[in-house]
Amino acid sequence: MLNDLSLLIGITLMYSAPLIFGALGGVISERAGVINLGIEGMMTIGAFAGAAVGFYSQNPWLGLLAAGAAGGGMALLHAVASVTFHADQTISGIALNLIGPGLALFICRLYFDGATMTQPVAHKLPKILGDNQFNSVTQNINVDVTVPLALVAMLILWFVLYKTKWGLRIWAVGEHPAAADTMGIHVRGTRYICVILSGILAGFGGASMTLAVIPQFTPVAISGQGFIALAAVIFGKWTPHGAYGACLLFGFAQALTVFLGGGKAPVPSEILAMLPYLLTILVLVLFVGRSAAPKADGEPYEKGVR
Amino acid sequence: MEIKKEYAVQMHGITKRFGSFYALDGVNLDVEKGTIHSLLGENGAGKSTLMNILYGLYQADEGEIYLNGELAAIKNPNIAISHGIGMVHQHFMLVDNFTVTQNIILGKEPVRAGGILDMKKAREHVRRIVEKYGLQVDPDAKIEDISVGMQQRVEILKALYRGADLLILDEPTAVLTPQEIDELIRIMHNLVADGKTIIIITHKLKEIKASSDFCTVIRRGKGIGTVSVQDVSEEELASKMVGRSVRLAVEKTPAQPGHTALELDRVTVAGSRGVDAVTELSLQVRKGEIVGIAGVDGNGQKELVEAITCLARCKSGMIRINGAEVQNTTPRNVVDHKISTIHEDRQRRGLVLNFTVAENAVLEKYREKPFQKHGVLDRGRILSFANELIQEYDVRPEDCAQQPVRGLSGGNQQKVIIAREVANEPDVLIAVQPTRGLDVGAIEYVHRALVRERDRGRAILLISLELDEVLHVSDRIAVLYNGQIVGEFQQEEADEKTIGLLMAGGKRYAENG
Amino acid sequence: MQKTVKLLRKPITSTVIAILFGFLVASVVLLAAGYNPAEAFGALFNGVFSKPKYLSNVMIKAAPITLTAVSVAFAYRAGLFNIGAEGQYIVGAIASTLVGYLLHLPAILQVPLVILSGMAAGALYGGLIGLLKARFGIHEVLTSIMLNWVALYLSNFVVQSKTFHQPNSTATYPVQQSSYTMLLPNWKLSDEGLAFLRQHKWLSEILLKTDVNFGFLAAVVAALLIWFLLYRSVKGFEFRAVGSNHAAAELSGIPVKRNMVQAMLIAGALSGLAAAMVITGTNPHRISTLAAFENNGFNGLSVAFIAGSSPIGCIFAGLLFGGLLYGGQSIQAEVGAPTEVINIMIGTIVFFVALTRIVPALADRLERRGIRHAE
Repeated sequence: MLNDLSLLIGITLMYSAPLIFGALGGVISERAGVINLGIEGMMTIGAFAGAAVGFYSQNPWLGLLAAGAAGGGMALLHAVASVTFHADQTISGIALNLIGPGLALFICRLYFDGATMTQPVAHKLPKILGDNQFNSVTQNINVDVTVPLALVAMLILWFVLYKTKWGLRIWAVGEHPAAADTMGIHVRGTRYICVILSGILAGFGGASMTLAVIPQFTPVAISGQGFIALAAVIFGKWTPHGAYGACLLFGFAQALTVFLGGGKAPVPSEILAMLPYLLTILVLVLFVGRSAAPKADGEPYEKGVR
Repeated sequence: MEIKKEYAVQMHGITKRFGSFYALDGVNLDVEKGTIHSLLGENGAGKSTLMNILYGLYQADEGEIYLNGELAAIKNPNIAISHGIGMVHQHFMLVDNFTVTQNIILGKEPVRAGGILDMKKAREHVRRIVEKYGLQVDPDAKIEDISVGMQQRVEILKALYRGADLLILDEPTAVLTPQEIDELIRIMHNLVADGKTIIIITHKLKEIKASSDFCTVIRRGKGIGTVSVQDVSEEELASKMVGRSVRLAVEKTPAQPGHTALELDRVTVAGSRGVDAVTELSLQVRKGEIVGIAGVDGNGQKELVEAITCLARCKSGMIRINGAEVQNTTPRNVVDHKISTIHEDRQRRGLVLNFTVAENAVLEKYREKPFQKHGVLDRGRILSFANELIQEYDVRPEDCAQQPVRGLSGGNQQKVIIAREVANEPDVLIAVQPTRGLDVGAIEYVHRALVRERDRGRAILLISLELDEVLHVSDRIAVLYNGQIVGEFQQEEADEKTIGLLMAGGKRYAENG
Repeated sequence: MQKTVKLLRKPITSTVIAILFGFLVASVVLLAAGYNPAEAFGALFNGVFSKPKYLSNVMIKAAPITLTAVSVAFAYRAGLFNIGAEGQYIVGAIASTLVGYLLHLPAILQVPLVILSGMAAGALYGGLIGLLKARFGIHEVLTSIMLNWVALYLSNFVVQSKTFHQPNSTATYPVQQSSYTMLLPNWKLSDEGLAFLRQHKWLSEILLKTDVNFGFLAAVVAALLIWFLLYRSVKGFEFRAVGSNHAAAELSGIPVKRNMVQAMLIAGALSGLAAAMVITGTNPHRISTLAAFENNGFNGLSVAFIAGSSPIGCIFAGLLFGGLLYGGQSIQAEVGAPTEVINIMIGTIVFFVALTRIVPALADRLERRGIRHAE
């Protein structure tokens, strides 16, 4: 019983960590009024950069930093398009989802003998309880360090958004950029910073897949997590804690799938695999309804135009 | 021209081009310290542009600005603020889901170490200014929960919090009741007594007379001159503003009402915050009369219109059109019952901006013959119909039928809507804020159109926040307060004071107790 | 001046600029990686144009993504973001495979029934998205993302099921031959046909070496029909009104929610049609286990954006995309550069499509300036 429970918790946390980083990225970008549909692409490039640098440097922490930088770099493109050029943010985001994986696989082939996956890294990111755990319960809950890091990231973002002057300004820029502008707040600058931060977080999310959950980058390492993260943003009503909860819920549904999949339930694994997605729709139908996006989300801001 | 220290602001030879359009062409403005100075002009005359330049939102192409006798380069609002300039915009620049305090401190937040907000200090600071100038607001209320008048006070507080000595108020009275306007003028005098200087942008002559010391008139980007307000009459100001003499009243004959076309019977509509926005409201509009609804924004106007047009549900009560119940059906059913609506929000509810003028002209008729045959649109018919309307209503440019309506000016967009709704030959015409944002000429046109349609036997319900408009155009006036009709008057017996009091929730009409 | 304005105003100008940027960025990437861009693009063009069968294969490749693009473009005009085309495609593939396998009718009945079943499945799946939005106000992007995954696992479930799984394979049984929509599938293999084709080298290459089929024709017809529906019909007027401004549409009496559901039904049917044409028209005529999305729907999204959401434009953008995908394989084969450069290029094109929305705006500004000078 305790064993099962700890297993469930362990898997939930493991699956949710990459999602949480991605979703936090989504929250900060959309709070500042820029829709970021490119989280998936930023996570992919982060996943690759993390694994590749982790492999060559033999240091997973360097890998993690590289992942953040790669994600942030992609996000810079999105910021230039959507903030400076008032581009259609949806289309720009979709474009990044093509460029991200394309670039990741292209570079991967160059540096890994034409293969579309990296070599496994020598050292993954550490587990919270260290390597040598023999008790099955502690083994189960000995999650990757990315799990507490994701929690910390959520707490920091929550604190910044709700308790500091920067948070107040980000909030204002996303709700009423013209008002923020007349109060002397640099709307474009704020949006740039938030979008780039969003990419950095997404990059971390990608790396927490390829440096913790699995030890390498593969073409399917990131397949849909970025979109699930976006769903969590909406589901969590554009708040860090809400998105965090939504990711945990999704991770739990995934864990349930894995848990029941071990022959414990007389249901085909494919049907079980649908569970998280169907559950999400069901929860949306039951609890969320019309959601409260930041008022200026997705709207480019031009001076002098109302 | 002389540069003096006694002037809070001197703007000399200000020119501003957008592309090659001259929004301002060599305008001068001298504002003495400690005075209230009006800036008068029609919509689009350039007065807001001039003030946006003073506030650093735009840069002038030519001309200088002197503040207290010294040349100033105001490149952005931050510099304006540091010079002690504060601006209250016509469309309030407030974040709806922030509290009063959060809105006031935004951009200049009191913080502890590490950028952490010090809300206690902020609240105290706000309270101090509130008390000093008698600006009553609750520092912890959310903007979306407080009245428009209070929101305006928050805007003024924002400027004072930043240490403004010069306040620019852009059309400050547009949304206020007569009593709230009096209150605002009182506050303005308090501020001036304390040594502040105030510039108000307005096109309302009465208030200039009531509040200001000086008035500068701008017409089509050019300065017409500055006058001492006590030396001129309202009519003189009006002709200076428009460049010709204008009639302030609407010409019409007495109404000859027929049978009841629109009847609201104890209608209740839920509001957005759990409180009923319209409560047990009853009202009749007869053919051949204009019934005007006077009231301050947010007293149920929006919900009332939504209930009649079936955009919102009635919790109880009945709405009848020529005797047939239509409440809680569909907007299409209402349209089919010959109700037409000129909606206040032209761009959101009135027009599909990406559609051509022709497509917008048939937005309700596209599925009727002869505009379609077997489910296929007859584009030739639609085009010739649109061209007829364009001719009849003088929509400019005249070859606009196949252009997106987005490209038309506000006045011409409004003409398209009015033309379309009138062409429906409705029994009931609902006009909500039909002249919002239009210039004097267009306003006259709209008012004449309403009277003409009345004379053709339509029942017209006019809902407007401009009390003058309601008083001038309507045959019968109903006052809406807190979701209820609190008084009804014939035009000739309506007086502004009584109605203003009722609008502000003062004494109820005698019959209602 | 006038000419410049006119040229800039044309949607095609923005698109051409975006495509040029795509090639430019791809060149930079190739150069940085130590490949000769000229050689690479040479290989790309050879891979598309040098043989009739290549052209035929480009069209085969372009057919499904053109159809899903029309699906996305249509939904976009109706105000909906159909990122769920992928899922609708998958269920369409499932349905047409099952029906095509289970029914044994003559081709004249079998083909329409199989195609209709694919369309119906896609329509229902798309309609569900519309319904969830209309009824519960759930954003279509959310439900689409979720339902895409559900479709993927549903497909794998069907592939693994006892009834349909073909032993010793990772796929279902193929559909009956009477379901095929290739061009003259029987004649081209008959003695008579083979004899004729020996005389006509060019035709024989297309017919015998590729699965040349009716897919692209279906895509062109669908694009034209959707254009007519949107811009010439009463129903399309409603879709566009709701799509451009649902609030104004609502007040004028157009039933917004009903149109939402109907639009998603149609969009879903188009994606389903894409799948049905692939199943009936190309080898292996069945569905296989999916490890990840095949991107038939997602690519449609890119194509629709490149086409500026114009149904007719989707035909050309679809061909471009199909050409890049198919010809891109030769880059790796001949020059050795990773084929993913094509994805980077397509991504860049889409990125600049998002950016070049500013080109028409620029034209407006130029024109205004011109008019005032004239005054």
